[in-house]
Amino acid sequence: MSPAGTKPLAAIPDGMRLIAARRSLPAQFRDVWLYRELVGGLVTRELKVRYKNSALGFLWSMAQPVFLLVVYTAVFSILGAGFENFAVWVMSGLIVWTLLATSLTTSAQSVTSNSYLVSKVTFPRIILPLSTSGSALVHFALQLATLGVILLVAGHDVAWSELWLLPLAIVVVVVLCAALGSLLSVVNVYARDTQHLLDLLMVAWFWATPIIYQYERTTAWLAERSLPTWLPLLNPMTPVVTAFQRAVYGTNAAGDRLLLPDVGTWWYARNLGIVGIASMLLLAIAFRLFDRAEGNFAEVL
Amino acid sequence: MEAIRVEGVSKSFRLHSDMPQSVKERLLRLGRSSTRMFNALNVLDLSIGTGETVGVMGHNGSGKSTLLKCMTGILTPTTGRVLVRGRMASLLELGAGFHPELTGRENVYINAAFLGIRRREIARRLDDIVDFSELSQFIDEPVKHYSSGMYVRLGFAVAVNLDPELLLVDEVLAVGDELFQRKCLDRVREFQQEGRTIVVVTHSADLVRQMCQRAVVLDHGSLVADTRPSDAIRIFREHLHGELHESRVSSSGGDAALRISGVTLDMPGSGGRRMLRPGEPLEITLSYVGEADLRRPTLTIDITAPNGQVVHAGEVTPAAELGSISAVGSLRVTINSLPLQDGTYSMSFSLADRDNPDVIAWRDGRDQFDIVAGGPQRRSRGLVALDVEYSAV
Repeated sequence: MSPAGTKPLAAIPDGMRLIAARRSLPAQFRDVWLYRELVGGLVTRELKVRYKNSALGFLWSMAQPVFLLVVYTAVFSILGAGFENFAVWVMSGLIVWTLLATSLTTSAQSVTSNSYLVSKVTFPRIILPLSTSGSALVHFALQLATLGVILLVAGHDVAWSELWLLPLAIVVVVVLCAALGSLLSVVNVYARDTQHLLDLLMVAWFWATPIIYQYERTTAWLAERSLPTWLPLLNPMTPVVTAFQRAVYGTNAAGDRLLLPDVGTWWYARNLGIVGIASMLLLAIAFRLFDRAEGNFAEVL
Repeated sequence: MEAIRVEGVSKSFRLHSDMPQSVKERLLRLGRSSTRMFNALNVLDLSIGTGETVGVMGHNGSGKSTLLKCMTGILTPTTGRVLVRGRMASLLELGAGFHPELTGRENVYINAAFLGIRRREIARRLDDIVDFSELSQFIDEPVKHYSSGMYVRLGFAVAVNLDPELLLVDEVLAVGDELFQRKCLDRVREFQQEGRTIVVVTHSADLVRQMCQRAVVLDHGSLVADTRPSDAIRIFREHLHGELHESRVSSSGGDAALRISGVTLDMPGSGGRRMLRPGEPLEITLSYVGEADLRRPTLTIDITAPNGQVVHAGEVTPAAELGSISAVGSLRVTINSLPLQDGTYSMSFSLADRDNPDVIAWRDGRDQFDIVAGGPQRRSRGLVALDVEYSAV
């Protein structure tokens, strides 16, 4: 529908700016930067609200890994675990998986559940999924710190020389969360079933990631059937989780059993690098998509 | 200098009932593009200069809020573009960003962050904000314990204390108690004196007359007037009447024995204006056609205020003993003074013959007049506009 009388538009006069225009990618990033305090504000808001009426507050975030570690240790000592320190193995992968899972499920709903803001207030909408990922990251940091303290107290051997993999893996998973979370939040505006579908997909994704089982088991299985052993690496969470396991579990073998490939840390770094670059591209796509879609949010919601 | 320029902006919405909400619906609809569109704005052009205060009027659904949302960027125009100069604060809804679980102070910070303002700057202005809102005792209470008035006060305090160069306001000045309303209006006046640009969307003719230098009227998404407030108010009311005539029940009737054939209104004191000032007289000429003389005629007039309240109803006493009147003729009714407040009033008439109960005619709600306050009465409110004055004794 193009109404008659639409005139060609003249250049923008000095000092005026265009409202609701499509922006370039750098301009979008600059907007987010200008509103960085809003991201901080929304993250604090989310955390304050969550613990407002609980006596222990932030301790709950920290209690979770302690509790899980105790439960897993108890359960696997009864059921018989695959290998020694199995609970630590599971926790080292699970902790970063929880970051992804929380971040994606909350980001997916971040625009729809804030519809009252979207239809009343002007701000770059991509702040919404970014800040939900931000609060998931704060939880993760608390949990990781708690886990670290427990492991040290328990005298577990963390791989000190490989510990530098952790910050790299965290950066990669954060970019991945931001990218996927933003994409999902847009899709969820137009099709609300996304959030339900996501719950199911996350279960499948969890089992496709070597968290409960060990990476070497999948490669062995693939090798037996002469399938390419790099297939598990197509899952972007595999490099992240294996890097965590290598650094936190501390070794790539339990007894004479190989859990992770018998290679140097360059293997983890390379995998993380590839996922990192792919995530950044995905984030750029998410920003573009947001730019196209956000002008319609107020009327669709 | 120009502060806001709206160039060829139109906005069309897909009707909500046609909007697929789920993947299933989306799939079912694939390949069918039978969506109905609703044009909220039709190729609108508008230019607002720096320091101007402009009122945007229009009835519900005329597109005025859509226009404001396009100006703020909450909605993207379907065609055309909006250009602005300077920092903009919009009061589309006061306290829209507030979270009930957080305290007033925490909410101030977040609300200001939504306006893109740095924490340091807010910290500097926090005292002003709290003072203005008159909520210093409650500022560390969660806002869920606030009354709606307190909520709005805090929202307004944040918005006006953050130094916007452009202020977009949607009806919000009509909230809070009277004292706070006055405070808000005073604040807006200060803004005007400081040369800031203000756009206010409202139905209230009062507000437009009190605040604006210029007003535009929207009707069905098109600009029908862009002129002085008083003219814009008149045009707004005429358009509103157009709507009313289509929708409101207005009827006239009677049996064959008698009907009211026409009513004309004269405003002898208005000097050609098409509206009355409070207290001015109104002359009504009512023509009727009957079959026989009316031996004991009775005439009643009802006057209904814009809100539906009847301000006057009853039989009219003739100026002199009439006796019977001819079968076809006219009656002249003079209302010496209409001390009524701003608004559009509608009138109903009935004419009957007391000696002959079958003979009756009526005409309901078709005749209307406007009262527009001006001069010293501008500031008064309420049901009637009394002729009041005072002097030193």
